[in-house]
Amino acid sequence: MLELKNISFQVPDEKVRNAKEIGILNDVSFTLEDNKFVVITGPNGGGKSTLAKIIAGIEKPTSGQILWNGQDITDMGITDRAKLGISYAFQQPVRFKGVTVFDLLRLAAGKDISVAGACEYLSKVGLCAKDYIKREVNSSLSGGEIKRIEIATILARKTKVSVFDEPEAGIDLWSFQNLIQVFEEMHQQLHGSILIISHQERILNIADEILLIADGKLVKKGTKDEILPELLGTANAAVSCNKAVNR
Amino acid sequence: MDAIQRELLVQVADLHEIPVGAYNIRANGSSVDRKSTGNIEILNKEDKSGIEIHIKPGTKKESVHIPVIMSQSGLEEVVYNDFYIGENADVTIIAGCGIHNGGDASTRHDGIHRFFIEKNAHVKYVEKHYGSGDGKGERIMNPVTEIHMDEDSFMEMDTVQIKGVDSTKRENKAWLKTGAKLVVMERLMTHGRQRAESYFDVRLDGEDSSANIISRSVARNDSYQLFQADLCGNNRCSGHTECDAIIMENARISAVPELTANHVDAALIHEAAIGKIAGEQLIKLMTLGLTEAEAEEQIISGFLK
Repeated sequence: MLELKNISFQVPDEKVRNAKEIGILNDVSFTLEDNKFVVITGPNGGGKSTLAKIIAGIEKPTSGQILWNGQDITDMGITDRAKLGISYAFQQPVRFKGVTVFDLLRLAAGKDISVAGACEYLSKVGLCAKDYIKREVNSSLSGGEIKRIEIATILARKTKVSVFDEPEAGIDLWSFQNLIQVFEEMHQQLHGSILIISHQERILNIADEILLIADGKLVKKGTKDEILPELLGTANAAVSCNKAVNR
Repeated sequence: MDAIQRELLVQVADLHEIPVGAYNIRANGSSVDRKSTGNIEILNKEDKSGIEIHIKPGTKKESVHIPVIMSQSGLEEVVYNDFYIGENADVTIIAGCGIHNGGDASTRHDGIHRFFIEKNAHVKYVEKHYGSGDGKGERIMNPVTEIHMDEDSFMEMDTVQIKGVDSTKRENKAWLKTGAKLVVMERLMTHGRQRAESYFDVRLDGEDSSANIISRSVARNDSYQLFQADLCGNNRCSGHTECDAIIMENARISAVPELTANHVDAALIHEAAIGKIAGEQLIKLMTLGLTEAEAEEQIISGFLK
């Protein structure tokens, strides 16, 4: 169980000297129960990615507390959190010259794996393993390819908590349905929790719980039945906004 | 051969036993073992120190090992080795130099290698430099490689210097005739107060000749590296040089590209990038459970692979 208590994150306003700090996250609290599938959604710039980085230990909150099964891990670094059982898939995966897809999957698994084992993860994310296993994770991979490899590294880790930052970004429509299956399978087999930042209705649709984050605050949370109708209703928000401007 | 020399042989030529095919093993200034084959003849040079390697036309899938090992502190030598590769031959040449310096005097090996590659011949040339020993004496290597490529010949040069060489100045020159193709991969790591200079001077003289020179290097501690590539297109040709370097701690690196096109259809490209390890690369590997030091090691070993 992962608990976030009153998490705030502030950065200095770079535009104005000696200015006050800008709040990216303000007093966000929620609990990620074991074996839950939770989706965080909300407008761009609302603080979702920052929250994911705070969970992974990449950013340190300005205030607040993070508890892992009751243990305070607020000051724990990235490596120790990874060892504890937190995985994090980058929104924009990192490229490496010379490091192969196989190397990355082996490091993710944390042990020596066979080529066949690595292939299993790759085929789950819809990549033909023999074409990719020896490829370098460099700029020769397309955005969609590297994104799927990123997801495969999380599959290989098999941890208690897996955080994905917009996994659908850059994935083509054809593979999207497979991606949903990957998450569903993970949810059923892993006995861990999945936290996904997403704007996709189809991902929201398979969530146990949806959190809506906007302007750095947790605006709403609930089951998909509670949140989705209202969220989809806001698709019309742009229209009413335009009306207001034109008035 | 003693244990130190055997270890050097393993490091530079991956040789655990007597190699298959032709070979010449040079230890502390003289040839200690040699074998020619029906197609590959190894002879002493008459006018100066060194050997001549003659590979008959049409020789296929054979190899030549010519490792040099030095374990006697204070020894300095210049060795001239000439390779004559006959038409249509297809061979692998494994050179390499290992210096173990346990004393206070400098040990130096300057290997001057000249390749004469005839029409349509195919050469893979592997060269590895290695230094060990905890003496105060420097381990110095200044290799010179001259490559003369006849029509439609191909050479792939793979050169590695990862550990223990205090000072190195590497000069590489190549002349390419019609349809000749040269591919070079250089991998270099310097640490401590080491200095490494690498020069490439490639003349694309023939029509449709091409060269691809890639250098990947890591400079650590207080070391210094210079990479200088001069590519000259004198005909319809294509050339590409790339210097990709990771800089760490107080190291310094210079990359000096030079391209000269003397023909309207010469297409020449140079790429150079120097920078420290990207923070997000470290972070990604740390989210997989590696410590920062482990992540750094992994990134460097991949980069130099």
